Amino acid sequence: MSPQEQWIALTTIIRKEIHRFMRIWVQTLVPPVITMALYFVIFGTLIGSRIGEMGGFNYMSFVVPGLIMMSVITNSYSNVVSSFYSAKFQHNIEELLVSPTPNYIILLGFICGGVARGLMVGLIVTVVSLLFTKLHIQHLGITVAIVLMTSILFSLMGFVNAVYANSFDDISIIPTFVLTPLTYLGGVFYSISLLPEFWQGVSQLNPVLYMVNAFRYGVLGVSDINISFAFAGVAVFIVALTVYCLHLLKTGKRLRA
Amino acid sequence: MSVALSIKQLSKTYDNGFEALKGIDLEVKEGDFFALLGPNGAGKSTTIGVICSLVTKSGGKVSIFGHDIDTDFAAAKKELGIVPQEFNFSQFEQVRTIVVNQAGYYGLKKSLAEERADKYLKQLGLWEKRHTPARMLSGGMKRRLMIARALVHEPHLLILDEPTAGVDIELRRSMWEFLQDINAKGTTIILTTHYLEEAESLCRNIAIIDKGNIVENTSIKALLKTLNKEVFVLDTREALTAAPEVEGYQLKLVEEHSLEIEIEKGGSLNEVFESLTRSGVHVVSMRNKANRLEELFVSLVNGSADKTEKAEVKA
Ligand SMILES: Nc1ncnc2c1ncn2[C@@H]1O[C@H](COP(=O)(O)OP(=O)(O)O)[C@@H](O)[C@H]1O
Ligand SMILES: [Mg+2]
Repeated sequence: MSPQEQWIALTTIIRKEIHRFMRIWVQTLVPPVITMALYFVIFGTLIGSRIGEMGGFNYMSFVVPGLIMMSVITNSYSNVVSSFYSAKFQHNIEELLVSPTPNYIILLGFICGGVARGLMVGLIVTVVSLLFTKLHIQHLGITVAIVLMTSILFSLMGFVNAVYANSFDDISIIPTFVLTPLTYLGGVFYSISLLPEFWQGVSQLNPVLYMVNAFRYGVLGVSDINISFAFAGVAVFIVALTVYCLHLLKTGKRLRA
Repeated sequence: MSVALSIKQLSKTYDNGFEALKGIDLEVKEGDFFALLGPNGAGKSTTIGVICSLVTKSGGKVSIFGHDIDTDFAAAKKELGIVPQEFNFSQFEQVRTIVVNQAGYYGLKKSLAEERADKYLKQLGLWEKRHTPARMLSGGMKRRLMIARALVHEPHLLILDEPTAGVDIELRRSMWEFLQDINAKGTTIILTTHYLEEAESLCRNIAIIDKGNIVENTSIKALLKTLNKEVFVLDTREALTAAPEVEGYQLKLVEEHSLEIEIEKGGSLNEVFESLTRSGVHVVSMRNKANRLEELFVSLVNGSADKTEKAEVKA
């Protein structure tokens, strides 16, 4: 395929992906916004005032970047995992597999779909948060870069999950048993400096911690961890997962008989 | 004339160890209307799966208009349109969107994609349904949607896997006419079917596949001729050293007490007996020799009966 044809194939996939989550917006866009608004009400206004300061900020200011990041993570992941798995389940993934569209365009298309939903939900949640607190972004470049990279990373993870999944249960197991614990324990709600030393060490094995903290650094200018290290780590994960996804597509694992 | 599809020594062993294709060879010429006929489980869908790369082959070579599907896959795929046996579109998308998106996957510009989609949706009687979600179409409409989707990039080779299974007689006729029309305009067509009648009315050439082997590859005319003949074995009282001459018939000596003769179905044996009597040969018994192809067709017909029942239960 010529570069121009590949571009058309890519935009077709992206358009289709965006159209999918917009069509079912009641399932895709509304729930995360309601959940996050509840978090803002409960943590921010009801009990936040009793918590006092966290990392040198009032609790609401501290928790908002974490919650934005959490919604980006879950929505990027779940968009790709449900879209790709249902394309597999209904067999319409075959429309792409029989076409001349190269594998990297297929992957890129689905990742862009995940990023689109992740960022869109992240943006809506940000707007909602403005009803509760003020956001003064300290480092815009870092903020945008880490949110984008995180979204890409979790879209890729959703893709791997979808390729391996054989049932709708399989696409909720990882989010429930891996993703949710990692996010809740990834410094969304607290600074790890509150933890005993041992648990601080354990927390540092959690990749989500680095993304949440890099994002919080971008917004508030404070972080529990080294920012360059966070970026490098996320970049390495993205490269490794991309290579792995392309390998899965090439061998046709669970996609071709 | 060039070769639309060339398959050499194609084999496929599934992950569970089942050998679905045992090294088949097949060649389909450009412009042909070709039938791949075989009972359930013969390997038809597996063959088509390999051609369109939904099934990974275990061995052999496949090329489409000279483009090897392994080394020149984009060019090979552009030549090919595929209508699978099972519905494989998103149930939630609208008819027109499905067709337009497919064109996008082949790199067609949006304006051209829409023009083509509209053209084929009209030709296939789906224009009224263009904004309907696919799940709300009838079985016959879903099948036609897949045909429109397969044609949107205007491939030179169209392959349909049991396109008329579960489609009622009337619609089947109009689908046949449509296929004949695009074949006349130059598209090479291959279809798999259970119905000999379908192959007979549409196709020029035919391959018969059974248990992963091609057992016959010939023109429809020649096949019908073979099917129209019966072979009888005549046991004689006298020991013979050569087959007696009977005008207008070919007799073959199998053993010294046994002759074989080929008769068109419905033809008469009287002349043969008279002539044999005149030459002093007495027939003591006679039996019908089993025809391998005919047996296959009996199983085909039974197989297709099963199939229709299943399709109805599903619906
Ligand atoms: N994914 C698979 N794994 C194992 N065996 C399969 C698979 N798909 C098909 N088969 C077997 O391969 C044989 C040929 O199947 P298929 O090509 O679908 O036949 P046909 O289309 O001629 O009815 C059948 O016996 C079928 O059970
Ligand atoms: Mg089949």
